[in-house]
Amino acid sequence: MNYKYFILGGLICFLSSCKQEIHLTKIEGKRIEINDALSSDKAVEEYIKPYRKHIDNDLDSVLAYSTDTYSKTNGNLNTAIGNFMADAVFELSNPVFKSRTGNDIDMVLLNHGGIRSILSKGNITSRTAYEIMPFNNSVVVAELKGNYIKDLISYLQNSKRAHPISKLNIKLDSNFELIEATINKESIDVNRTYYVATNDYLYNGGGGMTFFKKSDSLYDLGYRIRNLLIDYFKKVDTLSPVIDDRFIQIK
Amino acid sequence: MKRRNFIQQTAATTALVTLGGLGLQSFTASKTKKITILHTNDVHSHIDPFGPNDARNANKGGVARRASLIESIRNENPNTLLLDAGDIFQGTPYFNYYGGELEFKLMSMLKYDAATIGNHDFDNGIDGLFAQLPHAKFEFVSANYDFSNTIMDTHVKPYKIFNKNGIKIGVFGLGIELEGLVLKKLFKETKYIDPIEISQDITRVLKEDKNCDLIICLSHLGYHYRNEPEIISDLKLAKATKNIDLIIGGHTHTFLPKPTIEKNIENKNVLVNQVGCYGLYLGKIDFYFDSKKNKTAEGASIIV
Repeated sequence: MNYKYFILGGLICFLSSCKQEIHLTKIEGKRIEINDALSSDKAVEEYIKPYRKHIDNDLDSVLAYSTDTYSKTNGNLNTAIGNFMADAVFELSNPVFKSRTGNDIDMVLLNHGGIRSILSKGNITSRTAYEIMPFNNSVVVAELKGNYIKDLISYLQNSKRAHPISKLNIKLDSNFELIEATINKESIDVNRTYYVATNDYLYNGGGGMTFFKKSDSLYDLGYRIRNLLIDYFKKVDTLSPVIDDRFIQIK
Repeated sequence: MKRRNFIQQTAATTALVTLGGLGLQSFTASKTKKITILHTNDVHSHIDPFGPNDARNANKGGVARRASLIESIRNENPNTLLLDAGDIFQGTPYFNYYGGELEFKLMSMLKYDAATIGNHDFDNGIDGLFAQLPHAKFEFVSANYDFSNTIMDTHVKPYKIFNKNGIKIGVFGLGIELEGLVLKKLFKETKYIDPIEISQDITRVLKEDKNCDLIICLSHLGYHYRNEPEIISDLKLAKATKNIDLIIGGHTHTFLPKPTIEKNIENKNVLVNQVGCYGLYLGKIDFYFDSKKNKTAEGASIIV
């Protein structure tokens, strides 16, 4: 039989250590689209099912009701959806911060770009919070001297965007020059230290908020904004936020 | 009778391959061996397919479909490796609810052989990544993250060598600079090492010390940065190194319709590939090896 010669040949090769090198001769490369023309592996599909069911049940249980549809594009220097977010951050973070440090949060600043979806009229679920805030950013409180609060205000003046704020009020004239800025209805004291709640992304310079680099110290609440929104939805029955006068331009 | 002889013959061949450390097939003048490399990158927790109403990727993707495709390819060629270039985590509630557990479990079901670590794989902190490791029945490779002062120490190897049908395949990993991209509190004491320098070291080890026939880099550096050409990328890495046959990339979510052919520092071909993101595509690269004594001067022909 032929195989005996194969073995013999192999043995001679082995004993005499004749070196047979392997050479790469041809490469073929392509990509294959994963689409509905492919069948689904049943075992994998079955394995995913309970995980999917748990998430769907949890995400789709109704937590609150929104009386209208709110978009971040609806409003000039402040929006209803942004106001609700910044106010919710204050309302739920301040008790945590106060219990841990004895201090109160003076103001909140988030970013307009961080509102990732509209808030639709009707039932609000946890899925709503995932849509509005898909990122895992958490609340941090930065200590900022009053003179750096001025930089924060200049940033808002220059950006001319409805970055969500709470407890801070800004009034601009027709040329976007500052008429008045207050925190908790009091004028800003350049020598005072303010506690500014924001998220860790912005604190680390995200969105170009470089003034946070001047912060003396930072308190990380480790409270994810998304979880905060879910907690807020559980707390309230109905959401009907409004555009108000916290950041306005007098024309 | 024929069948019995065939089995005997096969068994004898296998024994000799093991004994001699060189292929008997190689002695039969022109026996070709085929190695198939399958790869994904930046799947970002996209376990379910996109829905029919998705504006961009309607009815595309899905792990269960990928599983059946991979199985059919493996049935065709058992000498297949399945690799991932990082950013397994973050992008759907599956990650938020289960912290990557399901992603790793499914990749294990699909029999992934190795993966490298992307920046988003630190999204639950290095502790969050570590916590999910028991669910991963595949190796993590990274040559340029020094984890020695972290909880991940000893859990990530710089490279892994696979032996498929007598072909030695060295797979090493490269990760992106984490500073400025990931919060320090998440990656902690993970140290970033220059990718080009470490690649020069690793490829020398894989080629000269370990005699690998094929060297693959799993990279999460990003394909190319047009506006910031000084940043290290897969194209830069390909040009600045030698002995790498294939760079499987990630991070930039680059949808390459076909692999890019780049010239390395020795003017030899390197393939660079990346299949976008979210499990919308599976990359497939077939390497054909021949044991003919007369090696062609031009090297391998590339059909892409």
